[in-house]
Amino acid sequence: MIVANNIWKSFGDHSVLERISVSVSEGEFVTLVGASGCGKTTFLRMLLGVESLTRGSLTLDGQTIPSEPDSDRGIVFQQYSVFSHMTVMENVSAAFGFRKPGISGLLFGEDKRKAHEQSLQMLERVGLADSIKKYPHELSGGMRQRLAIAQALLAKPRILLLDEPFGALDPGIRSDMHKLVLELWEEHQLTVFMVTHDLKEGFYLGTRLWVFDKVRHDPHAPEAYGATITYDLPTSTTGQTEAEFQKLFLQKTY
Amino acid sequence: MKKLVNLKAPKGFAGLLGLLPFVALLILYLMASDARLEANPSDKLLPAFSIMQDSMHRMALEPSKRNGEYLFLNDTVSSLKRLTTGVVIAAFIGLLLGISTGALPVVSTMLSPLLTVISLIPCLALLPILFIVLGLGEVSKIALIAIGITPFIARDIQRRALEIPQEQIIKAQTLGANSAQIILHVYLPQLMPKLINAVRLSLGTGWLFLIAAEAIASTDGLGYRIFLVRRYLSMDVIIPYVAWITLLAFVIDFGLRKLSRRLFPWEIAE
Repeated sequence: MIVANNIWKSFGDHSVLERISVSVSEGEFVTLVGASGCGKTTFLRMLLGVESLTRGSLTLDGQTIPSEPDSDRGIVFQQYSVFSHMTVMENVSAAFGFRKPGISGLLFGEDKRKAHEQSLQMLERVGLADSIKKYPHELSGGMRQRLAIAQALLAKPRILLLDEPFGALDPGIRSDMHKLVLELWEEHQLTVFMVTHDLKEGFYLGTRLWVFDKVRHDPHAPEAYGATITYDLPTSTTGQTEAEFQKLFLQKTY
Repeated sequence: MKKLVNLKAPKGFAGLLGLLPFVALLILYLMASDARLEANPSDKLLPAFSIMQDSMHRMALEPSKRNGEYLFLNDTVSSLKRLTTGVVIAAFIGLLLGISTGALPVVSTMLSPLLTVISLIPCLALLPILFIVLGLGEVSKIALIAIGITPFIARDIQRRALEIPQEQIIKAQTLGANSAQIILHVYLPQLMPKLINAVRLSLGTGWLFLIAAEAIASTDGLGYRIFLVRRYLSMDVIIPYVAWITLLAFVIDFGLRKLSRRLFPWEIAE
């Protein structure tokens, strides 16, 4: 479904990514891990269509990925993902209005009732049905992220991009979120890309784990070479255990 | 004893402490006024409160001998009309300019340099041009206020629009929104409280332009009145008028702040 062919990315002299060639098929859950500043988020932004490629190609079903975001690809950021001026209900049903052509994006009558109903269903699914009248600033971090996920899913994306969505959450809440994301991934038959700092999280959630790292170093010009995908592990099928890999990973990067 | 930088007013005394300078100024005025009036009972520079009261009674509650109008009320209504018309026009144009330059990069590239240059023009210097082009009537005064504060509001709104997290703009697009919907549902509602704030900040400048325009060419208005009675050294009218203008400014500012709180409850937390 998604094919990256020899992607390079640099900002001026600063190389971020190099030689990235991968292909991902429908329904995979890919987790992207690596040290900070190694280009995982840049890659995610390429998938989103807000970052250009310096070289190479990135295609979705054989077509070059559109160079602006659209409703095929949903996104949840670490923060600012929800609209602070809308209530929980308005946030979630926003997708229905936005999907309507025209400039107003307002819903009336039957449409409005349907949007409300489906939104409520989704909010019940993520456990926010009690807070539909609240504004995001009145929610906890975990609730806000659940809201962001619900909001993204109602636009019915094929691909869901998650940019460190649980990075700012407490460990307990995090594991609840993991469960939720896995369930939703199956229910909605999504292809998921998730950037994370947490290797364990990457192993637990993904069906496939990518490690971004630099393979070439120039000590005099640390920015001369970009990172590439050094490991591409099908987490559920190989015999390579997580612990073993973790040891390797820790030696290398940290 | 705490260090001075850590010392705070004890609870309950904060309001009293803030009132203190006002009281001090008042006492100072009364003392100075008394001293001058004692030396010369017909002194006009620092009139006693009783004289101001008499004058204001005449201005506010007795119809004018010349045309039978209540001058104080008339002046207030004329001035407020000019000020609000000017400010509303400025807010509207400022919002349009700010939102389009803040949300649409192409428009920003085209208009930002112009906006920067215009905002550097000292507006009072435009007043003669306005008088020549638009005449001495209401339009030129309103135009001065509008022209004077539009660039400020436009640039403030532009900056606020750019401060809206890019994540939200991207998010809206992933939900299928087009440009118009993004402006209407993401930018506009989030900028409305900022607009009220920008208006609050620009009202001081608005008053300045209003009084300047009224002083130069007008037949009524608060600014007109104080510049008119200046010829007779009528401090007994000028001082209450200035106090009244200050009070009006305070009330408008207070009202706008309350309005913003009420209309945009989600704004507080940020």
